[in-house]
Amino acid sequence: MNWNWSTLDDFLPAFGHGLLVTLQALVLGTLIAFALGLVWALAQRSPLRAVRWPVTAVTEFIRNTPLLVQLFFFFYVLPEWGLTLSAMATGVIGLGLHYSTYTAEVYRAGIDGVPVGQWEAATALSLPRSRTWTAVVLPQALRRVAPALGNYVIAMLKDSPMLMTIGVLEMLGQARQYGSRTFHMNEPIVAVGIAFILVAYPASLLLRALERRLAR
Amino acid sequence: MPADTALPNPAGAAPAGGRELIRLDQVTKRFGGTTVLDRLDFTVDPGKHVTLIGPSGSGKTTILRLLMTLTKPDEGTITVDGEQLFPASEKERREARKKIGMVFQQFNLFPNMTVLRNITEAPVTVLGLSRDEAEVRARELLDLVGLADKCDARPTQLSGGQQQRVAIARALAMRPRVLLLDEVTSALDPELVAGVLDLLRDIARSTDITMLCVTHEMNFARDISDQVLMFDAGRVIESGPPEKLFGDPEQERTREFLSAVL
Repeated sequence: MNWNWSTLDDFLPAFGHGLLVTLQALVLGTLIAFALGLVWALAQRSPLRAVRWPVTAVTEFIRNTPLLVQLFFFFYVLPEWGLTLSAMATGVIGLGLHYSTYTAEVYRAGIDGVPVGQWEAATALSLPRSRTWTAVVLPQALRRVAPALGNYVIAMLKDSPMLMTIGVLEMLGQARQYGSRTFHMNEPIVAVGIAFILVAYPASLLLRALERRLAR
Repeated sequence: MPADTALPNPAGAAPAGGRELIRLDQVTKRFGGTTVLDRLDFTVDPGKHVTLIGPSGSGKTTILRLLMTLTKPDEGTITVDGEQLFPASEKERREARKKIGMVFQQFNLFPNMTVLRNITEAPVTVLGLSRDEAEVRARELLDLVGLADKCDARPTQLSGGQQQRVAIARALAMRPRVLLLDEVTSALDPELVAGVLDLLRDIARSTDITMLCVTHEMNFARDISDQVLMFDAGRVIESGPPEKLFGDPEQERTREFLSAVL
């Protein structure tokens, strides 16, 4: 295999930009996935079937179609209907929306896991519904599911190179661009792979430690 | 109601009117095909301590759960202090429910809050007390239940008996007119039962709070009750003062039950 350290040196500035974009997409995507997932989870517990049913349909649809297809749809089809967003915005929204349908399931499990006695104690104290959610149920549910949510952040990190396909120059996009310009592909690709594992593996160790701590 | 005492309705405070505090009229409750309560009528006068006894599945706990609005009757009306719980709008029910507090078999403290916060949460958010006022009240109550030093502990750091005493303090912090006690010692280790029962005896003696109590502790029932109701198959089959009901029951079914549990 052809390997040249000076190529790596040469790739470094582009790599830096790519890493920044990857992390930006990850943070923004995570915020959307966490917030929207909670909205889905709460909507699915609505007493109104007119709320529950469409939300279930939409989330099932999104969860069971590929992220790549959704990205293409948002990037190539939505502009036809007059909705044009930058590649980065499209990518972040696509990633966040896709993963919100997974975090919704995580929240659901966490909420279901709060013992019914907690709801009953809240009723016995006449706590309003909103306060029961924010002060009693959600804090307990979130604690329970924090590790599972963390796993989806790592999954999002690993899916972030898909944003390359709509022209977002994250790490892998930078590597490919550099490769096609200089015909040196080995060094950039290996660097990107190592960067992923350097972020993802410590993150997963951290989550496992968190899980152990919360289990106590 | 004086604001400077920890206890709700300290003995001597006049109860509102002379009428009954709790009234159930023709209350029926079914779970699936089983009728748990069958056209039940009963009333509880203010300040009285009433104990419900009977075999499991006879509907005792269901009455407490109906009064706490944790479940709904299929038929009949329930009123508390002249305000209707069932049938009623959600808003009316919320208002009437504030007169009632409940202590559960499994304590049901909020594990994400400190002991102090467990007690101040509802007075602050529901009654609109300031945090300071609520904390003063909470500390007095913790003192009363013998846990003044546990303010900042988490419920999971306490023994079952301590948790149940916090739960009693939490219920009293809302100054309810009625306290529902649902087998409050059943989940406790035997050596912790006495402490909780002594505390409840104390509260029964020193306040005029109305108590409705489901228990298997017959000695406790004998000590604190003004009236004992014997349930069987969703109906009250016998009622009377504890001396009479425990000493000389009229119904054969009551005798059988008592000889099985005593």
